[in-house]
Amino acid sequence: MLLIGERINGMFKDIREAILNRDPEPVRYWAKRQFERCAAFLDINTGPTVDAKDQPAVMEWLVKIAQETVDLPCCLDSTNPEAIEAGLAVHKGKALINSTTADQWKMDIYMPMAAKYGAAIIGLAMNEKGVPKSAADRAALAMEIVVNADANGIPMEDLFIDPLVLPCNVGQEHGPEVLEALRQIKMLADPPPKTTMGLSNVSQRCADRHLLNRTFLVMSMAAGLDSAIVDLEDDALLDAVAAANILLNKDIYCDSFTKTFRQR
Amino acid sequence: MAVTIAKEKWTSQVNELVIGTEPNVVKVGGETTLPFLHFEGQIPNKPVVALEVWDMEPVGWPEVLTSAFAGVLNDPVAWAKKCEEYGADLICLTLMSAHPDNKNSSPAECAATAKAVAEAVKTPLIVVGCGVEAKDAEVIEAVGEALSGKNCLLGCAKLENYKTITATCMVHGHNIIASSPLDINLAKQLNILITEMNLAANRIAIDPLVGALGYGLEYAYSIMERARIGALTGDKMLAMPVICFVGQEAWKSKEAKSTTEEAPDWGDQARRAILWETLTATTFAQAGGAIMVLRHPESMKQFRAHIAKMMEPNVY
Repeated sequence: MLLIGERINGMFKDIREAILNRDPEPVRYWAKRQFERCAAFLDINTGPTVDAKDQPAVMEWLVKIAQETVDLPCCLDSTNPEAIEAGLAVHKGKALINSTTADQWKMDIYMPMAAKYGAAIIGLAMNEKGVPKSAADRAALAMEIVVNADANGIPMEDLFIDPLVLPCNVGQEHGPEVLEALRQIKMLADPPPKTTMGLSNVSQRCADRHLLNRTFLVMSMAAGLDSAIVDLEDDALLDAVAAANILLNKDIYCDSFTKTFRQR
Repeated sequence: MAVTIAKEKWTSQVNELVIGTEPNVVKVGGETTLPFLHFEGQIPNKPVVALEVWDMEPVGWPEVLTSAFAGVLNDPVAWAKKCEEYGADLICLTLMSAHPDNKNSSPAECAATAKAVAEAVKTPLIVVGCGVEAKDAEVIEAVGEALSGKNCLLGCAKLENYKTITATCMVHGHNIIASSPLDINLAKQLNILITEMNLAANRIAIDPLVGALGYGLEYAYSIMERARIGALTGDKMLAMPVICFVGQEAWKSKEAKSTTEEAPDWGDQARRAILWETLTATTFAQAGGAIMVLRHPESMKQFRAHIAKMMEPNVY
């Protein structure tokens, strides 16, 4: 299970202020902190307060600081292709582009970009019409992403399909559809693409968010989830992933399994 | 039509364990793929052989085995020199006399023997106790001190005595054998416990407790295979080279012990017994075993002939 740390995001107050004041310390803190808590990637998002024209420079700045601090690849999270490309240009190792949708015009921008920089990419199983209701429609959009990735020479191990989770208080019927979509996505190609999700979305504006997050995460892991963007401060979530790794026979059991899961 | 060779992409590596001091060192481990798949990854070190030396004259060893060491079986120094003459990569000194049922030798006596052997040969040493946990802790503690700085491989540490043996290895610069009874979960846990005492992971060898051909060999084989796949996919607490005490198991089997007269249908005992030991070892090499502790020099020779072929590159 690849955990993507969600914390370096301009939506959080400390990161927003860090960006506005060009103060690298909060970015360094969260890079190190998330590294120590099992992050496989650091999500980097400039956030909404930065003007579009400033986003590339801010992305570049955040990526550089994060990678100077810890030896981790970044998940470049933006709706602005120029910001993504600015991040890719300074990134060391294999970056993860977050993200393209299944709209052809977007895939025509991001897929060649991923190929050019040797990056992995997240494809959201949605298009301009929005998020599909059913698992089958999600899988159909996922297939379009698979075909486009393949046409651009991106190997399936570098393609992460996100079946899109919605908050369970408003889109409760999406839960089982996402789980079924995960299963179907794994049948689309051989070898299959990888899968991911922005986990915290499942519990937006809900009570007991941590409980909902970790429960849905282990259910999704059983259905074929390979990675997720998560809150790594959630200890119970890390324990649940460690337990799921054991129960899915991905890690070899030992009595210290919650501890070994946290070792790098 | 060209054949596409399916290659697995492994992410991790087996630790490289170094035994002995320059210029006489033996390196094992370091693989980035499954055994002998040279086309898929690096196999920097070949499996090595340790010949077994006891600190007391063994009882009940068949003549086909004792004849290879005629005149030296009651003298561990001479026996060790004989092993060196035979060209063993390592010498495995087994302090069997420490067993309460044998001579119940004191830790000081065992340490003196170990020191005498270490001074007589250049070959790097493995030193193991008699298998009684409490006694082994005392004995290995004394041996570790006597051989300080020689970078030996000491054991066997079990759940009951790993603390003393680990501390000895840390203080006196040795490596440790972590033994678990055919239990991959326990093997992993013991490695965790040892590394939590701050002994580096690359100073541990796993002893999974192997059985001989016909005596549960496949249990150890599948555990070793699973541990190796774990190691190659990132499980650092199973990424240790594996030591297999093959000789003691193979020579216990009736196939090795029965004389030609007792079992005429099974053919010549010497050939049969050596094959039993050799085949047990080659099988474990195929499962990822790095150090084979053998008894007969002829088995060592035949094992090496096999390994020499297996180490020929098969790059596609």
